[in-house]
Order: sequence, then structure tokens, then C-alpha cells
Amino acid sequence: MVLTGIFLYSPIALMIVFSFNAGKSRTVWSGFTLDWYSQLLKNELILNSLYTTVLVSLLAAFFATVIGTAAAIGFHAMRRRVRQFFMTVSIIPAVNPDVITGVSLMLLFVFIRSVTNIELGFFTLLLAHITFNVPYVILSVMPKLKSLNKHLFEAALDLGATPFRALCKVILPEITPGVVTGALIAFTLSIDDFVISYFTAGSSVQTLPMTIYAMTRKRVSPEINAISTLLFLVVLTLLVIINIAQRKESRRVKH
Amino acid sequence: MSRRYAFPHVGWMAVFVVVPLVLIVGFSLTSADGGVTLDNFSDMMKYAPVFGRSLWLSLISTAICLMIGYPLAYVMSREKPAVAAAALMLLMLPMWMNFLLRTYAWMSILENSGFLNQLLNVFRLPNVHIINTEAAVVLGMVYNYLPFMTLPIHTVLHKMDKSMMEAAGDLGANSAKTFMRVVLPISVPGVISGITMVFVPGVSTFIISRLLGGGKTLMLGDLIEMQFTGNAYNPYLGAAISLVMMVIVLLSMSVMNRFGDGGESAVVL
Repeated sequence: MVLTGIFLYSPIALMIVFSFNAGKSRTVWSGFTLDWYSQLLKNELILNSLYTTVLVSLLAAFFATVIGTAAAIGFHAMRRRVRQFFMTVSIIPAVNPDVITGVSLMLLFVFIRSVTNIELGFFTLLLAHITFNVPYVILSVMPKLKSLNKHLFEAALDLGATPFRALCKVILPEITPGVVTGALIAFTLSIDDFVISYFTAGSSVQTLPMTIYAMTRKRVSPEINAISTLLFLVVLTLLVIINIAQRKESRRVKH
Repeated sequence: MSRRYAFPHVGWMAVFVVVPLVLIVGFSLTSADGGVTLDNFSDMMKYAPVFGRSLWLSLISTAICLMIGYPLAYVMSREKPAVAAAALMLLMLPMWMNFLLRTYAWMSILENSGFLNQLLNVFRLPNVHIINTEAAVVLGMVYNYLPFMTLPIHTVLHKMDKSMMEAAGDLGANSAKTFMRVVLPISVPGVISGITMVFVPGVSTFIISRLLGGGKTLMLGDLIEMQFTGNAYNPYLGAAISLVMMVIVLLSMSVMNRFGDGGESAVVL
């Protein structure tokens, strides 16, 4: 566990340290500076692409979680053969390599552009992100549904709940861990996605990973180290807060 | 529970999953001047070594991820809930760092004058040459995809009824036997899901091979990317390679699913 921790965190630690490096080198330390952070606030390209990334990830994770959870519940009610067929088609974007999802959607959007006037841009980027997020939500919700007691839902109906009420009050609370995991995975994948965005965003919109990729082709600016450090700290803080909140919640439930 | 909740998703899939794949098949059978042809597939033969390298490197990476990820998930699932939650968070956290940056950070570590060799110098050990080799590509894949292996296994083990292990112990099984006969079979769906989530992005990566392999280790992803955006613009050949890669992935998945026979696994194919 400790070794894995070192393996996982040493690159990140180095990145954080070198975001304060006075020189431009990736490996040679030449003094402490905060210049990269102040330059960051002036770099519109990076800030715009950060905004695009966060917006598209939030929207995509939200829509994918709604569509995916509903789909998992619907699939669960289907007969086994029908469910297997739909599941097989559903997980194609997850099973398919990103490159193929990317180029196939690119072909679709180019085709759509030829018959309508919808250009490749933020909208196509969002559609693509929702598409590749949904399977991960389904995959994390399905196991929770399968391990549910079959009679739980019937019991709720027998006690006079409408099907919708039984779903909201009985089933959803039970599968919440799966839904949350799904939403987290979806958001993380969206934030992290480069390949599919690269093929579907066109030339007018850039996500942060696309900006970074363009920079690695030449030379990474230490500003990028700075923004990753900031992002990392924001996420760390958020997760710590969520964790503490959950622990308080579970303690409250126990008492 | 009603089936109709799945309807929006089914419509979505038809437009954004099925139609694009039909387009891929269509393009792969089309020549540059618009006629129907099979030439795209015969042109592909000259790229056979790229196919071989991609499969081999992703297999190795998947195996390493399983060897690290399974024990990790197992240990995590046996910890107290608070510790397990913290470990899970630590595992997820690096995924919030963009993978291009994580991979780029490894470039600075593995470089000939990078941190690893600087560290070896301190201890007066001989330097290693890793950057721009296949080993660097494997390392990059393991680093980036390890959480995808560990999380599904952890989910399954976490959900497992712990009293089953006690029961096995009470019935006279030692810890090794309990693991082999109780824990391992239960975790199979998680393992299958994990292997899928590591092998597939591995086969198709073009960033890791480009950054850590230095362009010398051309992989399938690179090849496809070049056909769609690069100088060698040829979406027809690109679609054909994509189609073949898809078939390889689907075949390996269905083979894998044989191991998880019986109940439906996390990935149904």
C-alpha cells in the first residue's frame, strides 16, 4: 500500500514542487518563485480552456448520471435476454477504445454538419462526453441493483406506495453509492478526457487537456504545473470535506 | 420497476453509438473516389508489427495492474471503513490530475538526466535508460490505469458479506483456502471489469506511446490518429483499422467472459 502510494504520488509531488521553480527546466531546480501563478491569471488561453473543461464535465456528468441511472433501472426490469442485448450495445462506448469512439463521433458530427449548420464545437463536445460517460454510470449502478433484495420493491408496493414513490424512497437510497461512484467516475473521465475531445471539439473550442497537449508538442510551460497544482488542491479540499461530511452523517445515523 | 426508464438512453445510443459505428463500417468499405472496395483492409497488412506490439504491451500492463491492484483492493476491503475510505480517496485523487500531465511528469523522472538517474547518481548506482523504450510505455500505462483495475475489484470485495469468511474459517478452511474458495470466486466480476477497463485504453493509447515511447514505439492508436488528423489524412484506411481494432477488442472480451461464466458479470458481452 505504501509503495503504491509512493508510485502514485511521486510524479504529482514533483509537479507541485516544480510549479515553484524559478527556471523553466523540468528537472533542474533554480530557486523559488510564484511567477508562474501570477502569469497563469493572465493567460487567457489556459483560463478559457479550463472554463470549457469544467463546464463540459459538470454538464456531461450530470446528464450521464440521470440518463445512466434511469437506464440501469429500466434494464433491471427487462427480461434477461433483452437486457443482455441492450447492455451489450450500451457499453460499446466503454469497451470501445477512446480513439474509435472519437473518430466515429467525428464522422457523425461531420456528417451532421453537411446536412445542418451545426458546426463542431462546444455542443458536439458535450454530446460526445455524455455518450462516453453513460456506460460507466450504468456499470456502477447495475451491480447495486442486482444485489438488491427482489422483494424490497414489492414490499413497498404492498405497503401502498406508488411505483414512482417506491423507486424514490426505497430503491434510490439503496443504490446511491453506485450512483455517486458513477457520477464521480463520469466527472473524472470528462475532466481527464483528451482523446475524444480532440476529435469532436473542432477547432473553435479547446479543453484544458487539448491546450496541454498542444504545449507538450513544443515545451510545457510551468504555468501548466501551476494550474495542475491548484486543481489538485481544490479537488483535495473538496474530497476531504465530502469525506468528513459522510463520516459525520454515518455517525449521526448510528446514534 | 418500469422498463420505460431505459427509453431515453436507448434513443441516445441509437444516434450516438450505433450510427457512428455504421459510418465506420461504411467508410472502411469506401475508396477515396467514393467506390466500394476492400483495398483498405489489404493496405493494412504492412502495419502487422504495430498490431502485435499494441496487443503485447497492453497485455503486460494489464497483468501488472492486476498483480498490484488486486492485493491493494483486498487489503483496502479488509481495513476499517474510515481507513478504506481514505485509501479509496488517495487512489482516486491522482486521476484528477490530467493524464497528459501525469505522463509528462514521468518524462521528467525517466529522462536520461531525469530524477531517477539523479537519484541513482546519489547512491553511485549505474544509470538506467528507460525513456523512449517499451518499458516506459508499459510503466505509463500501469500508472494511468491502475485505479481502473483496483476500483471495480474493491467495489465487489467491499460489498461482500464479511461473515462468509468467518463462516469458512469456522468450517475449518485456513485463510489461503478461504481466499481461493470464497473471496476469489466472488471477486471475478470485479476482476473482469477491471481487466476490461485497463486493456482497452491500453491497446488504443496514442499519448503514452508518443510521450514516453518517443515516437519509436508506434501503437494502433497512433496509426488511427494519423489517418484522421495527421499529414497522412485517409479516413477510409483509418476506419478500416478502427474496425479491425474493434473486432480484436470484442473478441478478447468475449473470450474473457468465458472465465466469468455462470452469473452475469459486470461486463456482459
